[in-house]
Amino acid sequence: MSQIDGSFGPSALQQNGSANEPLVKVRNLKKYFPIRRGVLQRQVGAVQAVDGVSFDIVKGETLGLVGESGCGKSTAGRAILQLLTPTAGEVFLNGQNLTKMRRTELRKQRRRMQMIFQDPYSSLNPRMTVGNIIGEPLFIHNIGNAASRRERVQELLKLVGLNPYFVNRYPHEFSGGQRQRIGVARALATNPAFIVADEPISALDVSIQAQVVNLLDDLKSELGLTYLFIAHDLSMVRYISDRVAVMYLGRIVELSHRDAIYERPLHPYTQALLSAIPVPDPEKEEKRKRIILEGDVPSPANPPTGCRFHPRCQYATEVCRQEDPEFRNLGTSNMPHMVACHHAEKFL
Amino acid sequence: MAHLLEVKNLETRFFTEEGTVHAVNGISYTLDEGESLGIVGESGSGKSVGVLSVMRLIPSPPGRITGGEVIFRDRDLVKLSEADMRRVRGSEIAMDFQDPMTSLNPVLTIGLQMTEAMELHLGMTQEQARARAAELLALVGLPNAADRLGDYPHQFSGGQRQRVGIAMALSCNPSILIADEPTTALDVTIQAQIIELVKKLKEKLGMAVIWITHDLGVIAGLVEKVAVMYAGFVVEMAPVKYLYRDTSHPYTLGLLESLPKIDAVTKQRLIPIEGLPPDLLKEPNSCPFAPRCRYAVERCWQENPPLKLVSAHHYSACWRWEAARQDAQQKTKTGAAV
Repeated sequence: MSQIDGSFGPSALQQNGSANEPLVKVRNLKKYFPIRRGVLQRQVGAVQAVDGVSFDIVKGETLGLVGESGCGKSTAGRAILQLLTPTAGEVFLNGQNLTKMRRTELRKQRRRMQMIFQDPYSSLNPRMTVGNIIGEPLFIHNIGNAASRRERVQELLKLVGLNPYFVNRYPHEFSGGQRQRIGVARALATNPAFIVADEPISALDVSIQAQVVNLLDDLKSELGLTYLFIAHDLSMVRYISDRVAVMYLGRIVELSHRDAIYERPLHPYTQALLSAIPVPDPEKEEKRKRIILEGDVPSPANPPTGCRFHPRCQYATEVCRQEDPEFRNLGTSNMPHMVACHHAEKFL
Repeated sequence: MAHLLEVKNLETRFFTEEGTVHAVNGISYTLDEGESLGIVGESGSGKSVGVLSVMRLIPSPPGRITGGEVIFRDRDLVKLSEADMRRVRGSEIAMDFQDPMTSLNPVLTIGLQMTEAMELHLGMTQEQARARAAELLALVGLPNAADRLGDYPHQFSGGQRQRVGIAMALSCNPSILIADEPTTALDVTIQAQIIELVKKLKEKLGMAVIWITHDLGVIAGLVEKVAVMYAGFVVEMAPVKYLYRDTSHPYTLGLLESLPKIDAVTKQRLIPIEGLPPDLLKEPNSCPFAPRCRYAVERCWQENPPLKLVSAHHYSACWRWEAARQDAQQKTKTGAAV
């Protein structure tokens, strides 16, 4: 019944069965938002935004988290960083359990994990200079003195490809792509090991997206970073990720190496999602067969019984309506391919 | 044969406190009966302002159409009186917006908003109009169409609202449907539904479609002809297959190169277009793309290249289109070999 819980062996969730401990371990993470009604604001239900998500990310890896709007991917990212308090489940960073920490302890850990936000317009304070925006994390975490912080800010600006001379300018003087670089510099200020990038390029123009993606890629190899890359653009996710997790209605339905996901998707939802991506090539477009999903994503306040995808799934049978599919490995132990579908074998 | 719509040297400017914004700088294109045209460009390229000018929906002040003609069925829409223009809008050329939520009135039911136009334009009675509205909603694939006429816009999901928007645009049997980024706010699976729907409707109703987007993927399988816009100019225009295969403008080539290939087995580094989007306050007297162009030569900084025919049905506004095309063709060849 349960999708996955702590008893699940770590090896299958990891990239390979290697002995090195993952940098980030997420176990059965849940985040519910209460629905309140009436004069007394009694809780009448809950939006199950994230409902039991588990995965590992090893050091130096990029895990792509994809799904459509409302599937809970951003909420998952925030709950992992403890920017939202999880309803249940555990998150480990370097073996330390973040969900059991006191505030002061957690605050120390925040240096090691940072976030890059989607909208480069609303995520930078318009009344602060670029220098103050990038230096703020250093100030908050009491790192260095004023002079060394200034130096660090200049260094960070250079690192993200901006002129250090810009340090006294305000966000409105920059274009969208440049602002996103400022957001990246701020995230890097405290030398984090783990970065959650929440749709970092979806607000940018196509010609600018590649600039930012290349920057993130370079920084990863230069600084040995580990990313959770949240996005809805599946072609970009394949490009940047080592492994990809597909979310639907608060759950991960498929998780594997990026090529396995794109070459041989085992979940009907992943298949539909991939077939829906338009390809910039008219000749290929002509030959492609699309799986058009009927209807909309159901409400996470009242998810369907059994498999959450069954009302839109062309392969759904009685068992899908009744039973929640187990999240199981249909790959090998070295090359796991996790999928939550009763009928996944037929796509092998 | 006369074209259904012929846009000639259309020019639109916005006169603001900071200066004159050169939004659309003399664009020309044609559209035939039942043809589909994709207009591609990034934010600020003038793709939306261009079609809003055709519809004469530019807010004025600060905007104004400062030159050019829009010939539609032998009439110049730019010179039409507001009253005559109103008859064209909706009934002959209809528009579907990015998020119909902003173009629909939130406090009126869908039924009321749909029937209003039909009663006005087509002189239908309320009953006839309601029947037609239900028919249209069914046509665009809305389940229980007749029961939903009493619903308000917020009771529809994003994809459903887009269907309602299309249904409204179709209500007076327009000969041209202009869709301004109709799927940008939608998820990919819903986007696929809407694209399928528009394709089907176009075939069934035989109308011409102008589809505006920033996504070279979306229009690849959707339209017959593509115009690429940059800084208020059409920089390349060609039948869809030629545009992707024999790309003849460095900007189009740059856009294609900066997209990751979903079916790429090996990871090839993306080639971004360096530099920043153009400043539209400047008078465009050199090639607007020159500062970001790796093919740029001295001439590009002195003369703005006009859009000219470079091969059959293929137009490019570039002094060095041959160099760009050579690289594009090289790329498709090696890409096919892999």
